[in-house]
Amino acid sequence: MSTLHLDAEALYADLAAGVRSLLKPESVLVGIWSGGAWLAERLQRDLKLAGDHGVISSALHRDDFGSRGLSGAADHTKLPFEVEGRAILLIDDVLYTGRTTRAVINELFDFGRPASVTLAVLVDRGGRELPIQPAFSAVRVTLPRGQKLTLARDAAGRFAFDIKTEAP
Amino acid sequence: MLSKRNPQLNAQGELIHLLSIEGLPRAVLTQILDTAGSFLSVNEREVKKVPLLRGKSVFNLFFENSTRTRTTFEIAAKRLSADVINLDIARSSTAKGESLLDTIANLSAMHADMFVVRHSESGAPYLIAQHCAPHVHVVNAGDGRHAHPTQGLLDMYTIRHYKRDFTGLTVAIVGDIVHSRVARSDIHALTTLGVPEIRAVGPKTLVPGDLREMGVRVCHDMAEGIRGADVIIMLRLQNERMSGAMLPSAGEFFKNYGLTPEKLALAKPDAIVMHPGPINRGVEIHSAVADGAQSVILPQVTFGIAVRMAVMSIIAGNNA
Repeated sequence: MSTLHLDAEALYADLAAGVRSLLKPESVLVGIWSGGAWLAERLQRDLKLAGDHGVISSALHRDDFGSRGLSGAADHTKLPFEVEGRAILLIDDVLYTGRTTRAVINELFDFGRPASVTLAVLVDRGGRELPIQPAFSAVRVTLPRGQKLTLARDAAGRFAFDIKTEAP
Repeated sequence: MLSKRNPQLNAQGELIHLLSIEGLPRAVLTQILDTAGSFLSVNEREVKKVPLLRGKSVFNLFFENSTRTRTTFEIAAKRLSADVINLDIARSSTAKGESLLDTIANLSAMHADMFVVRHSESGAPYLIAQHCAPHVHVVNAGDGRHAHPTQGLLDMYTIRHYKRDFTGLTVAIVGDIVHSRVARSDIHALTTLGVPEIRAVGPKTLVPGDLREMGVRVCHDMAEGIRGADVIIMLRLQNERMSGAMLPSAGEFFKNYGLTPEKLALAKPDAIVMHPGPINRGVEIHSAVADGAQSVILPQVTFGIAVRMAVMSIIAGNNA
């Protein structure tokens, strides 16, 4: 068991400030399914941004499809705007190996050619396996490989972190 | 030794081949329909391709002619980034006397990853699934009178798309049911998904009474069969049935069982009309119905691609 304590609500406030500083006039928020999508939904509201946020799923571009197969209903991607020429601000809860981010960038380009893609995350837990870096992370932590960190959202819409130790 | 396990499922109960809807649990059918929903949107993207089957070879083995089904399987495989090889077997190796299993062994030596099989003999896809290497997947694209599972699934997708829920529906299947693998697959799927009333409608020569054992209501009167229906699935009347003395004439069949606007008015006002195609206008369906507001025959074709993408990506992701 880990003694690490992460206050998701406090980190969210930091993320909101960080995202605000990254916004450009042509920016749109795109949350990575599922935790990132919750964050983008709330950021869209709290930062009083016009229009709807986007949601993007890594399912159709994952590199572990051969070993894991399709998990459940595959595609949650909903981009209610033109991707072409936009400044895409990707939002995720936890950045780890970078493989999900890679898959999501491929997914994004299936819809058009954005002007830029930037990544902001709640937690950067290190352990990168690809050359991907966030423009903003609310906190950086180090966790053992066997631990899984996921964002949870309660009925009132408040965030909390769930840390599980996976069986070896 | 023969295993009692459903040959379509691995030890974890995951789908590794699609051979028949019969015996598949509701959860597997629902997974396919849900996944198809997500692939439908892929067909509307700027880039209509996802890399799930990149580097895989899909062999379309059509021992029996079919343009539409083969084409939709080809499009589905290509949208998943697979390499697709179409073999017109009817005109090649079997014509030279090669056995089915020898053909499969040869194609396996060419590193096939998936076989999409249509065959006039019921059970041919099962035979192939039992004899191919563990990493190879088989999809039944229609075998004899037995099954046409992807057509059954795309029919279910269409029904769910328009009706949302299966549990309060009356579904009438009309026409040549005895020779129809589509009808058989539809009946199994509708039953598994919880449709309370399934009717089989047609003349005695084409609608056998033993369908009642499958929980189906048999109606030899068209008005009785479609009255109050939410969904009407018309089947193609195969011309060769006429010569087999099973029917007096196409005109006679249309008079009794052809779907006209007048007969359609007996169904619920929001009933949908489906047909697996190709349609015979003026034989089983009136043009005004086929082209009318309640017809969903062309959406069925579009949904068929997404359903076949779902089936191929699900089985390719599961190991034997």
